[in-house]
Amino acid sequence: MPTITISKKALQAALKKKLTDEELRDRIAFLGTDLERIDGDDIDVEIFPNRPDLLSQQGFERAFTAFVGDRAGLKKYHVKKGGEDARVIIDPSVKDVRPYTACAIIKGMTFTDQHIKDVIQVQEKLHVTYGRNRKRCAIGIYPLEHITLPITYAARKPEDIRFQPLESSEELTGPQILSQHPAGREYGRLLEGEERFPVFMDAKGEVLSMPPIINSEKTGKITEKTRDVFIECSGFSWHVVHGAISIITAAMIDMGGKAEEMRIEYPKALGGLRESPQMTPWRLPFKRGYVNKYLGYDLDEGTTRKLLGRMGIGCEEGSHGNDLVALIPSYRTDIIHPIDLVEDLAIAHGMENIASVIPDVATVGEEDALEGFKAKLREILSGLGLIEIKNYNLTAKEEQTALFRNGDEDLVRVAGAASKEYDTLRKLLLPSGLRVLQRNKHHEYPQNVFELGDVFWQDDEQETGVGEGMRLSVLVCGEDAEYTKIRQVLDSLCEALSFKAEVHAHESSHFITGRAGTISIKGEKLGSIGEISPEVLEGFELGMPAAAFELDVALIFSLVDKEVKL
Amino acid sequence: MRNLGESLHALERKTLPLVEKHPELHDLAAASKLQEVETMRALQWLSNKKLVTLHEEKEELVTLDTNGRRYKEQGLPERRALELLKDGSKSVPALTEAGIAPEEIDIIIGSLKKKAAIDISKEDNHLTLTLNGTGKKLLEKPSLEELFLQQEFPIPTKQLKPEELFALTSLKTRKNIIKVETKKTVRATITKAGAALLREGIDAEGGVDRLTPRMLETGSWKKKRFRPYDVSINVPRINRGRQHFINEATQYAKRIWLDMGFKEMTGTHVQTAFWDLDALFVPQDHPAREMQDTYYLKHPMKGKVTDKEAWERVKAAHEHGGDTGSKGWRTPFDEEVALRNVLRTHTTVLSARTLRTVKETGIPAKHFVIGKVYRNESLDWKHLFEFHQVDGIVIDPNANLRHLKGYLEEFYKKMGFPKVRMRPGHFPYTEPSVEPEVWHPAKKEWVEMGGAGIFRPEVTKTLIGEEIPVLAWGLGLERIIAPHYGITDIRELYQNDLKQLRRMKNFIK
Repeated sequence: MPTITISKKALQAALKKKLTDEELRDRIAFLGTDLERIDGDDIDVEIFPNRPDLLSQQGFERAFTAFVGDRAGLKKYHVKKGGEDARVIIDPSVKDVRPYTACAIIKGMTFTDQHIKDVIQVQEKLHVTYGRNRKRCAIGIYPLEHITLPITYAARKPEDIRFQPLESSEELTGPQILSQHPAGREYGRLLEGEERFPVFMDAKGEVLSMPPIINSEKTGKITEKTRDVFIECSGFSWHVVHGAISIITAAMIDMGGKAEEMRIEYPKALGGLRESPQMTPWRLPFKRGYVNKYLGYDLDEGTTRKLLGRMGIGCEEGSHGNDLVALIPSYRTDIIHPIDLVEDLAIAHGMENIASVIPDVATVGEEDALEGFKAKLREILSGLGLIEIKNYNLTAKEEQTALFRNGDEDLVRVAGAASKEYDTLRKLLLPSGLRVLQRNKHHEYPQNVFELGDVFWQDDEQETGVGEGMRLSVLVCGEDAEYTKIRQVLDSLCEALSFKAEVHAHESSHFITGRAGTISIKGEKLGSIGEISPEVLEGFELGMPAAAFELDVALIFSLVDKEVKL
Repeated sequence: MRNLGESLHALERKTLPLVEKHPELHDLAAASKLQEVETMRALQWLSNKKLVTLHEEKEELVTLDTNGRRYKEQGLPERRALELLKDGSKSVPALTEAGIAPEEIDIIIGSLKKKAAIDISKEDNHLTLTLNGTGKKLLEKPSLEELFLQQEFPIPTKQLKPEELFALTSLKTRKNIIKVETKKTVRATITKAGAALLREGIDAEGGVDRLTPRMLETGSWKKKRFRPYDVSINVPRINRGRQHFINEATQYAKRIWLDMGFKEMTGTHVQTAFWDLDALFVPQDHPAREMQDTYYLKHPMKGKVTDKEAWERVKAAHEHGGDTGSKGWRTPFDEEVALRNVLRTHTTVLSARTLRTVKETGIPAKHFVIGKVYRNESLDWKHLFEFHQVDGIVIDPNANLRHLKGYLEEFYKKMGFPKVRMRPGHFPYTEPSVEPEVWHPAKKEWVEMGGAGIFRPEVTKTLIGEEIPVLAWGLGLERIIAPHYGITDIRELYQNDLKQLRRMKNFIK
């Protein structure tokens, strides 16, 4: 989750009161953000991904002062009509590469050091989170004085694009930027395979930027002298780019700027003319009864209005049976349904003040039958003096195959495992058990262990193509670990379940020849038993003999006689 | 003194008189015809009674390991290679054909290069080895390592000559040739008290040690004296069979939900992203879906979704909100993304699937599961790639946020954390979302326990068919139980150390 750094001094100035660090800590946590640390003037706050509007000093201040202080209520953001040339012409060529953009002009800014830092922070944080590393949307900010309006947004053949990108000493073409420029190498994959790359150009044909990669050195840098800026956000859907522009515009107006509207002239296929930025709140009708039902409180109209105000949301009388209408600021991109008001109401009310209730709902508790059976098996086996082990389901392929002298057919494997030695789902439990014995060689013998675990194999019949089962494995290991020992465990277990197991000789690569068999109960084959072969023991570097069995638990359970007989 | 004499165990009686002549444990055992463990036990008891003093000496012994035994017979790999190279250069494949194992090639090259005995060239893409002058000289006499291996083992390191020590150091760097083990020798000397007791004489018979069935049958016990024991002594520990301590705690946690009327859910670990994420309204470009967080399957990569109605409804919810009154994510639903197989990232996937059938099974309903979930992480003291989640849902037309707090409080109270609070949180599938925290009495701070909330209408209306409040939580199990066992490195929960498993305390609340 993204973390932003807030200036404590600025925050307290906006609050018009001084909170202690302890109070700040508490209030920040209950606003629905997470305080990481306070260090001098820096407050590091973690922002949940649903609230990109909080990713700036200004946005956070706005929410926090409404929540804590006296500045509750909907904050109005005025947008002045733009001039004749305040236009962005969208060339139809962008339709297949990066079709949407929302833009704004902000005038009369004073870019102090702090403001420049703030603008860079909000742009960067929006890129990473809301913009999904520029994939979903990317933002550019340009000093207006170097630009001649109107602006054109078009897609061009990469080799026809030529400009001097930021931090570069010379002009580069589109493909050169992708291969040579650091930003090109980092984000180039976002344009990979495209026949044309998108560019913003001004009226003189000067390239402003090649989104989502890089701005031009000539027009893409804000300095302390900059007063007026042009901002754009490009992406794949109007509501996303519009959300980002609203968030930045609000932050820049909060810094003292004045927003001017631009006309975005989309071709018909992309929806025609749109104005931007649109800072007018949108209307979300809701029923008070609806939100109260989820909250578990009976908030009256006045309280509802007051609480929404503390979250910066306006509220008006409704019509058509919806008793209220919420006025949602354009930068609150997280609100998409009346249910989203419930959380804001709960936060404003104080999540810490929600009083608990244990409702009177009669339902019957029920343990899953197979899970209950597993608990029974644990009881029986631990009663026989065995110790239960518990391994990961992900394991090394070699452990399941070569080391256990098994083939690798129908193993289920994962892609790109962070822990490389764990990339295969186990099909058998015994190899993990032998691994455990290997790691415990320095401990006291005998080492008699059991495990109940899931196993996986490829099976086309299943929805996912993966079959899953529940197995029991038992391993006895020590100087006298031989067939009799393991057979005694099996017989004892079966006796507890009131049936008799039959073992039929059957050779397998991991058991000693002539000392292995299949286990069947009531004619159903459900596992194998034997003395572990010296080759396998050697593979697991074990210096003690071992004998083992492994069984299908669901199958056994299906055979257990559960009927009451009188 | 007399009492002391009487209280001696039969083993002590046999041992004490022999100590002076046979001070070393091994000898003493042989002389007394007892087993070494018995003798040791007797010596320890005698030492407790201050009749003997024990001296432990450690001695380092060199023994041969698996490869060492083999090389002693066959010769070291480099010797075999030298012999093969005697008649001229050989390529690596030629060497393996002549009986050198492939895994020995590196050893040979390493060792002969170190001695500057060979020149290596590359011919036809194969390394080729040629003996040089130094190498030919090596043929004439055995190396120090070889001479060393020919001795009788074990050898105490104390007795090694400098050239043998050199050979030992060199062989120790190689795999499984030499083992150096520390052997303890125990010597006993008799104390003044011990000598005094012996002078007084100890009755070889002593008091009766054990009450036997025979004595009971014949009544002979009536005439016997029972040797008094030192009942304050430590006795050897015994191992009990037991279930894994995590399962014990899980069983306890399950009981809490069962007692509150919750029904257990089960389901597969492999799921399509559709059920694991899409059905829960997680946007298709959500960062949590990336490969560094989620395990995607390589084989088999894709699954199917047979519930066509759910498929269409979930797709609609994502694209435009469907019939839920939501705007949805307003991006096209990518079917390929939805069909990718994943290892379930949360057991909430089982809650989602339960919502599909709850209309038939009846509302209100309460379900829970404590099950394994997977995250593509590297193991460290705080992170596991497989762990357990405690999931629960309450499907109840009257459910609300206050009930949610009620259920969570009840659960944590019974798990040993009486103070619970909810902090605002964020999850794509719940609204409101909260992060339950419990007060950790030892750490004196609030500790995050997982996530909870009320399922969004985009989830409930889409999967159930009508908007019914569904309370939901997904809580970490390991972080609740680790403190109980005093575990701070979370990997210790699954290290399967038999000593830890044997001795871990039981889960009792």
